[in-house]
Amino acid sequence: MTPPVRLRLERISKAFGATQALRSVSLEVAAGDVHALIGENGAGKSTLLKILSGAHEADAGDMELEGRPYRPTSPLDARKRGVAMIYQEVSLAPHLSVRENILLGLESSTLGWIDAKDSRRRAGDSLCALGYGHFPLERAAGEFSIAEQQVIEIARALLTQPRVLIMDEPTSSLTQSDTERLFEVIGRLRAQGVSIIYVSHFLEECRRACDRYTVLKDGETVGAGEMKDAGMDSLIALMTGRPVADLYRRTSRRLGPVVLEARALECPPRLKAASLRVREGEIFGLAGLVGAGRTDLVRTIFGLDTAAAGQVAVFGRPPGRGTPRRRWNEGVGFLSENRKEEGLMLNQSIQDNITLTKLGAFGRLGWIRDSRQAAAARRWTGELAVKCRDVGQAVGDLSGGNQQRVAFARLLEHPARILLLDEPTRGIDVGSKAEIYEIIASLAAAGKSVILVSSYLPELLGLCDTIAVMRRGELVTVKPRGEWSEPELLRAAVGDE
Amino acid sequence: MITALRRILGKAGPFIGLALVIILFAIPQETRVHFLSYHNIKIILTQTVIVSVAALGMTLIIVSGAIDLSVGSTVALTGVIAALLIQRGWGAAATCVAAIGVGGLIGLLNGSAVAGLRMPSFIITLGMLGIGRGTAKWLADNQTVNYDTSPISGWMTTADPSGRALPAGVWVAVVLAAATSILLRKTVFGRHVFALGSNEAAARLCGVPTVRLKVVIFVLAGCFFGLSGVFQLSRLRLGDPTVAVGLELDVIAAVIIGGASLNGGSGTVLGSIIGALIMSVLRNGSQQMGWPNYFQEIIIGLVIIVAVFLDRFRRGAKA
Repeated sequence: MTPPVRLRLERISKAFGATQALRSVSLEVAAGDVHALIGENGAGKSTLLKILSGAHEADAGDMELEGRPYRPTSPLDARKRGVAMIYQEVSLAPHLSVRENILLGLESSTLGWIDAKDSRRRAGDSLCALGYGHFPLERAAGEFSIAEQQVIEIARALLTQPRVLIMDEPTSSLTQSDTERLFEVIGRLRAQGVSIIYVSHFLEECRRACDRYTVLKDGETVGAGEMKDAGMDSLIALMTGRPVADLYRRTSRRLGPVVLEARALECPPRLKAASLRVREGEIFGLAGLVGAGRTDLVRTIFGLDTAAAGQVAVFGRPPGRGTPRRRWNEGVGFLSENRKEEGLMLNQSIQDNITLTKLGAFGRLGWIRDSRQAAAARRWTGELAVKCRDVGQAVGDLSGGNQQRVAFARLLEHPARILLLDEPTRGIDVGSKAEIYEIIASLAAAGKSVILVSSYLPELLGLCDTIAVMRRGELVTVKPRGEWSEPELLRAAVGDE
Repeated sequence: MITALRRILGKAGPFIGLALVIILFAIPQETRVHFLSYHNIKIILTQTVIVSVAALGMTLIIVSGAIDLSVGSTVALTGVIAALLIQRGWGAAATCVAAIGVGGLIGLLNGSAVAGLRMPSFIITLGMLGIGRGTAKWLADNQTVNYDTSPISGWMTTADPSGRALPAGVWVAVVLAAATSILLRKTVFGRHVFALGSNEAAARLCGVPTVRLKVVIFVLAGCFFGLSGVFQLSRLRLGDPTVAVGLELDVIAAVIIGGASLNGGSGTVLGSIIGALIMSVLRNGSQQMGWPNYFQEIIIGLVIIVAVFLDRFRRGAKA
């Protein structure tokens, strides 16, 4: 017997000006169904979510919730009718207590006076339903980890007893073990009959957590079905419109002498001991859970964090105190995992962003020749196909994928001979990802060396020559790519040998 | 339509503002004749010198994402010290260099504390506001420092008040403004200041020596404030430890009206100078209209808010 349909969307269309964001999209979610909504950036997922949660109104099409027409006029209206949404970014008031956050906007009160007993009961019930009944209700929300804050946020959503819960990229800032716990929470909600629409870039997660899926591409539904019948490759092929085998290009390359060596590098509290050697023309992958010290390792190598002990030697030069400035001078470049906070100056021009590491080269005695600087930047926006008006445009105006190309262009323009890349494909669409893989492969073919930190195992297995696994601050295993498989990498990362 | 308006505002925003306030006072019967006379323009320019020179330093600081609240105190302190030196028979040039040096030293203290202790510049310079003012009163023994005469007194006036020549101070301000503008726009240092203000973490990642840069910016700005102190002394012809209270707010207002963002990463020297001129024109015009002081204050307050609002609009109102 199939469960009844909880939410039905039929032929939903939405245009913004001349752009048709959604073209006759249909979606059906059964009661207690965990439904994956999959698609590249720009495929229309966000628009669809906004229509569902009442932030936008559809131009055409019908929506039904439990057999009755559903047309929310605002997010609050949607919530009252039983559709709640968990946003990608945690949106708690960090200074307020857990209880206050959960009840925010829906406080138990009599004539404006908070009813403390009832508040505690309602907040506590909500947390209990998630299996987190032990949470201290009166502690400030800001004192909890991101994963715990997310639980608080889900508890807040549960307050209105939603029939449909939408989760937008819920695991993007979670560690692997936190993700597991989130899946337990999802399991509980499913058992209670809540339907969940689960949006994520991580296809493996969707395959694990979800019962059914719908794939969007260019604002249209291109596929839907039972998750258990769908393979990874077929999902990717649906999303991208091209077969997965083309994603990673193997270049033939010969590994040269060791160009970077780190010996017993320490940077408390996260980085405890790590030694590695990277050779010319090598792509060296760093796998591990979030928080295992991978980012700390590359940051310490680059001098962004100061090493408490250990040494880094680049191109056989005597080791010394590393600073980012010194590393750039040695020919080492760094791509931050955090493009907005650290990677780019969003309100400055593309040109300044690309050339910031070597401004002195565009003139003499501290002067900058504008024309030469612009010409250098233009070369890279052309070569990397950055979609922009001109190189004077602010980087913040560009899409995520194009911003990441600008960040890459900086390393190419410098030019860096050793590239430390921390999650270079985070948060960008599959098309841009493919191009970034292409760049990395051709850099290595040209004799550059790359240290690639990634949480996406197929990416590491597809690109790297050597993969090292980090666990709790230590670099535990280094093996050639051929000797690793996805399960083995995972096992080494969680420490279950 | 809106984008075109935005583009015009972006290119000429402060100029339009200046033109508007000039027109405002050029039309009424009472002020029409005198307001646009060469003599009055000379007065306006001379009255703008102190704020303008300080605004050059403040532009550097605000573009780099910091703030300096100790400007008024620095101006008072350097003025008092300069007056004491003149009393002791120092020449004009030596006095001037010493005053600029004292300004630079205060900048060094501010900058080192901000960069070294990783403290917000707001807090450090708020502290320096008190320290500088107190020191000025202490050195001056809580009274004005008088001296017979010094060539410095002639820097803000001309020998022939009705003549064509502009006072030396105006020319110094013009030359320094041009130099600072080139420094900000055409040199590696300038680009690093923008980088620091736009995203400090990214600047550090790209090898910009952020700690040293912050200190240099505050020292340079301090030198400008010291020079402002010399011009303040030149105008008063005595060292007054209680002068220029709240000057920093005028200076910050000039920079903000000129299109800089308090978040750092944007701002121009030309904009800041025009911002300073807008306030001078408003003061001068209001006086001639016979408007009371409180009325001027209200108008200038409104101008600051409108200027920043228009700037937001121009940038596409990204909140």
